[in-house]
Amino acid sequence: MPIVGDYMGMALTIDDVDKENREFFGYCDKGEFRLQKGKESGLLRYPPTTACPWTTDREYDWVPVEGKGAVHSYAEVHHAIQPAFKGHTPYMMLLVDLDTQKGAPSEHEALRVAGNLLTADGEFAPPEMIKSVGIGTRVRMVFKHVTDGFSLPHWVIDEDAEQPAEPWRYPQE
Amino acid sequence: MTLSSVSEFDTDTPKFLRGKYAICGVGETTYRRGSEESTRNLATWAIKNAMDDAGIDAGEIDGMLSYSGNDSVHAPWVAGDLGIRLNFYMDVHGGGSSIEALIGIAIGVIEAGMCKTVAIYRAMNGFSQVRIGGTGARSAVPINGDQIHHRAYGWQSAGQMFAPSFLRHMYDYGTTPEQVAHVKAAHSKHASNNPKAYYKQRVTVDDVVNSRIICKPLHLLDCCVETDNATCIIVTRLDRARDMKQPPAVIQSVVGRCCKPRADMHYQHGPISTVAGHYAKDLLWPNAGVGPEDIDVTGAYDAFTFTAMLQLEDYGFCKKGEGGDYVSSGIIELGGARPNNTSGGHLCEGYTHGMNMVIENTRQLRGDADDSCPIGPDGKRQHTHDYREGGCRQVKDVEITANLGWAMPGTGSALVMAKDTR
Repeated sequence: MPIVGDYMGMALTIDDVDKENREFFGYCDKGEFRLQKGKESGLLRYPPTTACPWTTDREYDWVPVEGKGAVHSYAEVHHAIQPAFKGHTPYMMLLVDLDTQKGAPSEHEALRVAGNLLTADGEFAPPEMIKSVGIGTRVRMVFKHVTDGFSLPHWVIDEDAEQPAEPWRYPQE
Repeated sequence: MTLSSVSEFDTDTPKFLRGKYAICGVGETTYRRGSEESTRNLATWAIKNAMDDAGIDAGEIDGMLSYSGNDSVHAPWVAGDLGIRLNFYMDVHGGGSSIEALIGIAIGVIEAGMCKTVAIYRAMNGFSQVRIGGTGARSAVPINGDQIHHRAYGWQSAGQMFAPSFLRHMYDYGTTPEQVAHVKAAHSKHASNNPKAYYKQRVTVDDVVNSRIICKPLHLLDCCVETDNATCIIVTRLDRARDMKQPPAVIQSVVGRCCKPRADMHYQHGPISTVAGHYAKDLLWPNAGVGPEDIDVTGAYDAFTFTAMLQLEDYGFCKKGEGGDYVSSGIIELGGARPNNTSGGHLCEGYTHGMNMVIENTRQLRGDADDSCPIGPDGKRQHTHDYREGGCRQVKDVEITANLGWAMPGTGSALVMAKDTR
């Protein structure tokens, strides 16, 4: 049976044969962020893929990874396209450099994990919070439940981290 | 440990086909919002216009290529409408960056003896049926598997997907909204001299940066227009093209859907402010035997103001990081050293997934841009090179052009064409 979840009115589906995504989102539903670690390369990868991009190796282990990092870049949407997001503008999609494996295996590579900016209690961030977040902001991962065996990773501001004095934001508010 | 895609290019053997093929005919329908025509009807109309342009009949065409995102009509149906018997056809999936790639494929199938002349078309109701901006039908599809990692976050439309690269370019290099807005201002000037353009009104940098934000850094006027139209480009061998009605636009070099490492999720590799042109340039220029400094007119894909800027930079028209300076310097305007998208491009003329930019450069190479200049006794326009509003848009003495096609930051195509030297 495919996993089918209704999320904000959107039908999200993970097929039976889509083993990698089933496992990835299944771990998220247990509150664990795990990524595939290639057996040959020893390198983590995101998003889930069938083979290691560096070695073509199809063998891997799902290993726990700390869900912490800094915003690498973002999209701040003021005019939503998908009906599900129309009531949530402005909203932020963050592309986050995980601390783990940053700059490896080459200088500009990183595990860049997507998610929306949420409040600590799991709601879409309000405009004032959005205005405090930009490139460099420290964030930590949270999960939003979709259906049995399926949660989505998202991001909240890391209250315990030292934040940059002024994260870089697009100059027009 | 590095990804295999950073391999060296082998471009110093004469295996490529520089100067042997040409565009012999181009055609389009009217650029509209609300065509009230089927894509089949639009395709037939555009191809017929291109056949008339080339001065050939159905018997001269025996190959067809088309591309779409399940929003078009299959080649055999269109061929039937036009009385064309096909020796070869292929309908492929794709949007921006397809036309340059398909011109390369057309050369390949002709060279292989599979057919002799190929009509390439793109027919779309990008406003009234499947909206290119991503609203309507495109936003209502169920989200499956790999797509969950972006679409579930409201990260789906082209502008949303590209925004992190655009913003990161501003962060990395200090590029400003005003610099990039010059792309729209320049293209709107060009469109004001193009009777076919959907938006003919000139706009200023202030107009762009004061229009409402869609998805930072994109204001409404940083985004292209959605239109309904079909377009067609006919490719054949140069010696055959020389017997047709128009001066051939000779193909010097093609790059097709060249990708950054990990094109599935290019931002994993980075730098995300670098686009596929960084790799494509190492195929394009050696195969063409020229460099950016030799180019008279560019056609850098302008789905957004930023896409034109990023590509001009990564293909080497300026130093890395200086794209903002380049597009705001006046170089890209008519009357400047190297005008870009002289028809007004996707920002102003109409949205065709790259076709109209190749069509425009073909006409520029012919010295026959279809502006409002008076037609002389020889049936050709008497170009004034007065680029004031409503006037000329023909660039003087165009010898060589470049098209820089964009699919996304991680994938691009390119084409160099030259005037026939015979």
